Amino acid sequence: MAMSRDEVESLIQEVLEVYPEKAKKDRAKHLTPNDPELEQSKKCITSNKKSLPGVMTIRGCAYAGSKGVVWGPIKDMIHISHGPVGCGQYSRAGRRNYYIGTTGVNTFVTMNFTSDFQEKDIVFGGDKKLAKLIDEIETLFPLHKGISIQSECPIGLIGDDIEAVAKKKTAEHGKTVVPVRCEGFRGVSQSLGHHIANDAVRDWALGARDEDDSFEKTDYDVAIIGDYNIGGDAWSSRILLEEMGLRVVAQWSGDGTIAEMELTPKVKLNLVHCYRSMNYISRHMEEKYKIPWMEYNFFGPTKTIESLRAIAARFDEKIQAKCEEVIAKYQPEWEAVVAKYRPRLEGKRVMLYIGGLRPRHVIGSYEDLGMEVVGTGYEFGHNDDYDRTLKEMGDATLLYDDVTGYEFEEFVKKVKPDLIGSGIKEKYIFQKMGVPFRQMHSWDYSGPYHGFDGFAIFARDMDMTLNNPCWKQLQAPWKKSAEEADESVAASA
Amino acid sequence: MPNVMLRENDAGVLTLYVPKKDLEDTIASVEFDSDDAWGGELTLTDGTSFIIDKLPGKPDLPITIRARRGVGE
Repeated sequence: MAMSRDEVESLIQEVLEVYPEKAKKDRAKHLTPNDPELEQSKKCITSNKKSLPGVMTIRGCAYAGSKGVVWGPIKDMIHISHGPVGCGQYSRAGRRNYYIGTTGVNTFVTMNFTSDFQEKDIVFGGDKKLAKLIDEIETLFPLHKGISIQSECPIGLIGDDIEAVAKKKTAEHGKTVVPVRCEGFRGVSQSLGHHIANDAVRDWALGARDEDDSFEKTDYDVAIIGDYNIGGDAWSSRILLEEMGLRVVAQWSGDGTIAEMELTPKVKLNLVHCYRSMNYISRHMEEKYKIPWMEYNFFGPTKTIESLRAIAARFDEKIQAKCEEVIAKYQPEWEAVVAKYRPRLEGKRVMLYIGGLRPRHVIGSYEDLGMEVVGTGYEFGHNDDYDRTLKEMGDATLLYDDVTGYEFEEFVKKVKPDLIGSGIKEKYIFQKMGVPFRQMHSWDYSGPYHGFDGFAIFARDMDMTLNNPCWKQLQAPWKKSAEEADESVAASA
Repeated sequence: MPNVMLRENDAGVLTLYVPKKDLEDTIASVEFDSDDAWGGELTLTDGTSFIIDKLPGKPDLPITIRARRGVGE
């Protein structure tokens, strides 16, 4: 049962009722029923604004955006969490960016390197410690290909000159050292961290091979931008592109390397999956190297096929013909998946609240399984994300930006979705409320979900969550009505 | 004096993008648009405007350029 626009609006009003006047006014701007007719989201929703003090927000910080998202997955670099130990340690290895390599020898993604700031470093400055740390890394891990210095809050507060250390150590060791000014207090969410990280790539790493033409180019070189290889996502995307006859030169940044980054300016086309976190560098490459970029979506067969054709259209007929072959090859595979799971999932309603690209990109996957997305929202999206979302969502579906813990719970109670897709902080609340839940940040320890191979896993995961027998066991037997109890006795007899 | 980026979108329409300000919109009109002069006041579809220096001909897009905020709405 779809809600009408009036019902959604009154639901929003009802939920806002508990807030004080000022907070109510502010939060009202972030909640809206969707209107697919609108071209621009700024007419209906406000986003990328500071969260209200006192409400439960799910956002991260600039450091999370830079170290956790953009830089962290680059496997042959060592990413120093520069500052106190906690930021690095408590975010270590949580994002499941898969990679190939021997951890601690030539790859370092799941390890935590930190300068472990103490009081004396705050008082006297931490530059000397940082320099020493870089020298130690050079001795202990000689196969690393570069270092990034990810600043935590105190670095900006005490005004350390990490750029000077980076320059000195680059000259000394002959390896790229990138200082990233991603102190957590910058910006309203992790989104600014993505931007800062992109700018650091631009300023310190990207142009390294501008003068070097030794790399043999082909006409079919592409780069995958903004795929973090969560549970192997980038791999299941990459094989499709390669089967089409394209050559994937770089993966940014899941299972990526610094060498791949430096070679990206040589490609013919940048394929942007996560627009939110990597549009900045794509725009820069378009301006400086005249590399066009396009967004694509590899969630669910319908969108994947659409995207494959759109990508092929940028190349010659040879690629286009191969693209059709690839689509034909996988058709029986995904049709079997749909045939198996669609009857079990048809008509189920889903609410999403995630970050980055997923609140709009995964809608296609659900629709291919006959499910309906009845509410979606971004943790840290901007106007342009919502611009792209309006068209994907049905009329009068719920949109919520930077939703608070309270609002999300109330929405779920009223909208009564069959499945929720959100993060780990929401997972147990909703499971205890008896609503099936998938953790959609890192695919609930499953994945990949991209491409045709990923769709099969996605469908299986949604089915095993939604149709899990445990949801029928939530009520204590003595609280069941007499009829229900009779039924279960009859069933077990 | 923000830096703005001018580029053509997939449909070939000129757009203006202001980093970190969440502003990206299509340009409705360009004050000077001839072979020997390009630029001046750029009016966006929503009515706001930005003023850039007059360039000697249409630049190679995309381009990042200094702009002043115009009067607009």
